[in-house]
Amino acid sequence: MNSFLLIAILLVLASVGYQFGQRRARSVSGGHPSTLHSRPQYYGFYVALWCGIPSVLLMALWLILEPHVAEWMLISNLPEDIQSLPEDRLSLLLNDVKNLASGNIVSREVDASLQAAADGYASVRQIGNAAMTVVAIAIAVLGLAFARKRISPELRARNLVERTVSVLMIIASTIAILTTIGIVMSLLFEAMRFFARVPWYEFLFGLEWSPQTALRADQVGASGAFGAIPLFAGTLLITFIAMCVAVPIGLFSAIYMSEYAPQRMRAIVKPMLEILAGVPTVVYGFFAALTVAPFIRRTGESLGMTVSSESALAAGVVMGIMIIPFVSSLSDDVMNAVPRALRDGAFALGATKSETIKQVIFPAALPGIVGSLLLAMSRAIGETMIVVMAAGLAANLTADPLEAVTTVTVQIVTLLVGDQEFDSAKTLAAFALGLVLFAVTLTLNVIALNVVRRYREKYD
Amino acid sequence: MTDSTAPTAALRRADLSEERLGRRYAAEKRFRAYGLMAIFAALAILGLLIGTIVLNGYTAFVQTHIAVPVYLDPQVIDPQDTNDPQIMGRADYQGLLRTSLRDRFPDVSGRRDRLKLYGILSNGAGLDVRDAVLSDPSIIGTTQTLWVKSSDDIDSLVKGYIDRTLPESDRRVKDNEIVWIEALEADGAIETQFNTTFFTAGDSREPEQAGIWGAVVGSFYTLLITLVLTFPIGVLSAVYLEEFAPKNKWTDLIEVNINNLAAVPSIIFGLLGLAVFLSIFGLPRSAPLVGGMVLALMTLPTIIIAARAALKAVPPSIREAALGVGASRLQVVTHHVLPLALPGIMTGTIIGMAQALGETAPLLMIGMVAFIVDIPGGVTDPATVLPVQIFLWADAPERAFVEKTNGAIMVLLGFLILMNALAVLLRKRFERQW
Amino acid sequence: MEAVAEAAAPSPALRNSPKMTSRKTDVYYGESQALRDVDLDIGENQVTSLIGPSGCGKSTFLRCLNRMNDVIDGCRVEGEITLDGIDVYRSGLDVVQLRARVGMVFQKPNPFPKSIYDNIAYGPRLHGIAESKSELDDIVELSLSRAGLWEEVKDRLTSPGTGLSGGQQQRLCIARAIAVNPEVILMDEPCSALDPIATAKIEELIDELRQNFTIVIVTHSMQQAARVSQKTAFFHLGNLVEVGDTEQLFTNPRDERTQGYITGRFG
Repeated sequence: MNSFLLIAILLVLASVGYQFGQRRARSVSGGHPSTLHSRPQYYGFYVALWCGIPSVLLMALWLILEPHVAEWMLISNLPEDIQSLPEDRLSLLLNDVKNLASGNIVSREVDASLQAAADGYASVRQIGNAAMTVVAIAIAVLGLAFARKRISPELRARNLVERTVSVLMIIASTIAILTTIGIVMSLLFEAMRFFARVPWYEFLFGLEWSPQTALRADQVGASGAFGAIPLFAGTLLITFIAMCVAVPIGLFSAIYMSEYAPQRMRAIVKPMLEILAGVPTVVYGFFAALTVAPFIRRTGESLGMTVSSESALAAGVVMGIMIIPFVSSLSDDVMNAVPRALRDGAFALGATKSETIKQVIFPAALPGIVGSLLLAMSRAIGETMIVVMAAGLAANLTADPLEAVTTVTVQIVTLLVGDQEFDSAKTLAAFALGLVLFAVTLTLNVIALNVVRRYREKYD
Repeated sequence: MTDSTAPTAALRRADLSEERLGRRYAAEKRFRAYGLMAIFAALAILGLLIGTIVLNGYTAFVQTHIAVPVYLDPQVIDPQDTNDPQIMGRADYQGLLRTSLRDRFPDVSGRRDRLKLYGILSNGAGLDVRDAVLSDPSIIGTTQTLWVKSSDDIDSLVKGYIDRTLPESDRRVKDNEIVWIEALEADGAIETQFNTTFFTAGDSREPEQAGIWGAVVGSFYTLLITLVLTFPIGVLSAVYLEEFAPKNKWTDLIEVNINNLAAVPSIIFGLLGLAVFLSIFGLPRSAPLVGGMVLALMTLPTIIIAARAALKAVPPSIREAALGVGASRLQVVTHHVLPLALPGIMTGTIIGMAQALGETAPLLMIGMVAFIVDIPGGVTDPATVLPVQIFLWADAPERAFVEKTNGAIMVLLGFLILMNALAVLLRKRFERQW
Repeated sequence: MEAVAEAAAPSPALRNSPKMTSRKTDVYYGESQALRDVDLDIGENQVTSLIGPSGCGKSTFLRCLNRMNDVIDGCRVEGEITLDGIDVYRSGLDVVQLRARVGMVFQKPNPFPKSIYDNIAYGPRLHGIAESKSELDDIVELSLSRAGLWEEVKDRLTSPGTGLSGGQQQRLCIARAIAVNPEVILMDEPCSALDPIATAKIEELIDELRQNFTIVIVTHSMQQAARVSQKTAFFHLGNLVEVGDTEQLFTNPRDERTQGYITGRFG
């Protein structure tokens, strides 16, 4: 709440600055605002920016640096023998100190030195926070005063404000790039650390996946098997089942909606299909686990087959349902982009509607449809909650849809949810899986977006 | 039909025989039927999905209560007659309830049966009594008939989720419990009442004491952060890309990058949050602050794309008109283009927020999946969000959590429908034909 | 070209047996009326041109003749249009049959994104005209030759039809229409998207096709109407103002509006 309060104070200061600036500008103009370079509001904004930006920058910097500084101070205050502990033991200890300081449960006996360290840590953070608040407010006030003093009729306030805004805009537009860089760097960096422990070929081509490593590094037989092929196979199996459900239903409903359905039906059915697209994936996961999976199991058993309770089929079918609206709305768009002249040409030759669709519109739209199917596929590959809730954890290498399989996303979640050491091979493996997932979906997207774009250009 | 240039075959007329046409029309009908079937399949699935959720979930909004005449023994509640709410709040109300249950069924004997009998009430039933006492201490010393929560198994039994005809060993509720409940039902001492707890409590291990409020507040804080970050950043970058940016390699790169980012699986954003926000920046785990930041990065492309579309829809003539009277480019944007594009931008933002509200996977990565009883008080408190709460409850073994899960889903879908309706309304209200 | 026009003078016999007729035809788009009370006969094996200023309803009328208006939402046709004496709007009449007999060529060339061969073969395949592959080859060759395109494309029948020039594309579309061997061919400003040389070729082609087909052509150009047609109908504001032998209509119009249009006072 502290930071909320601080932000509120800064906002108030900035708006006070705006008023000051405006008034000051009016007074330096001697009651003739037209003698000013810019309109008085711009002087107001000028002061407000000087008041707000430096202190916000300071806050951001603080937010990033503070934990590290505090930790560094904590370590340097600890007794020598603890400081010289190996890194992983030290980080466990530090974790306990931090937990103790914030009043959480700790994993070991609390002795006096630990308590002292925790108290010290808590007070450092408290003092630091207070200092930061004071400094931020002081900077804001200083900025206000400085800017207010600089106001004169010659000050090109509008140009300065506009330049600042355009710098802000450029920064904002690079955030998207920074996000991508952040994703690539963090995945690559952690994956490299993983490949330092498990060779990449073992990961990419290994047939066995059992990431259960021992809890402590000094235990014997600590390393599990990290062969990701069963995961890739499971992902592909479920994606395949999903496409088998989504492609016919999605395509045919798109065709019916765009070519046959009367206006009124379209007005009702389209929003309903959009509901299907808006349902959160966790709801689909719940539906898969509680409704579809038991249904498939009962049906299978009544036919004398053994169906595992978490079958690939259940997860795949429900994932297919999830991507129906993607397939249908994307291919609807694509087919609508086929020029009317082609339809007219076929109709004028005496083709029926279905002949026109099958022989003229569909072939013409095919590249676009392929593109949208690729997009839908990448969606299915990256989908997490449905498979987490319905596909299970067993890394079976099988093509039988009635067995349980696991997927890349399921494993990422299981490896990273719950308590973990950040550096274990198990945790790092999740990033390696994430890297593969990112690379595959990115490739699919790039291809699909290109195909669709080229298709659109053809008919524009 | 003779033509001197004809190579060999004379042109025949089209074959319009009944048979051939019949075949073609049959194919047409079949094709049409496939389309209809596909649509019906999709709608049936939607119906099934919503239907099972509502059918299994609407009972989460009510809770079985049992009327227990309880003697509010001053000796137990406030032996020193202090009238101090602190002391009265600590008394063993559950014990009072047990006493009165024992009195109601005097022939129940033996430790195990007694425990069973006590078990028809919720562990939190004592809190209901405490609340009654604290709100009106004058009732101490009297016997009051109070409605208190039943346990989750009894709740399921009363709501009909447990088949009373099954053999005893196959049910969670045993024969003697059914006898007691039926006796109480005959007294009119069992009633399902509106489940306030569900809407006001945080998570709990006991289904009858679990509520969604903690998750709703968590979702609120998370979305607040997301909105505060994405809206300005999204609008600024959309304005830059659409109105100011020169067309060069760099802006092309940004554009391609945004389109691709929109299709990156959400879990990848969770990995980013874990690696950058938690490990490098050292921000707190399980906090709405980090959740909101991750979701902000995830929804940013959606909002930028929507905002750009809205800006593009403003006709260039308006820009030219404003430039013509000597406005600077920024003035053109802030005075004319942005106000006209705002409804479209808002619509896109709401849709992006709805997407963020339903998102689960990236939040699992940053630890918003913990069991959290307290209602979060700020953006750095540990919290969970509605979809994650659904995920947690979906995993819980108790039968009663199934209806809670469905109930929570109904609430979540309610919010989503509300947001989307708002977006549609905005679009309809401000839709402009140029 | 002038020789052509003279030779094309319609014989009275032909005029006695109209291939298609329109009686009291009204067309509405939603609430607004696009055509009012049109009575027109279309003679067999002659070229009838429909002229008039933009928006006068000539294209609308043309599209009524093979019911291409059916695909437009909210379009309603009243009155009677017959083909060989049979009402084409009669309930139960099959548009597929109708369009196999009344083909159409559009304003903008619209070849399918398929090979040249498949473009031509599409109609015959649809209607089961060819019984064997070689027969289909013959039909393709014949249609292309009749459209005057065979020599230009015979070596690249498998290349896409969209790769041809505008004029070639339009002749491809005409060949596509001919391949079904319809009785009537409707042409909706077939030359408006073409350059003068391509236009001349198409006009020549229309004149040759007259021997085997009944042709109705909508045109913006009065010169074109005069060059290719034997009979001309002038539409104005949804009314059929005047119809008559082309020569008579252009030299001696009966109606003031026709006079005004052909002398260039409006349009």
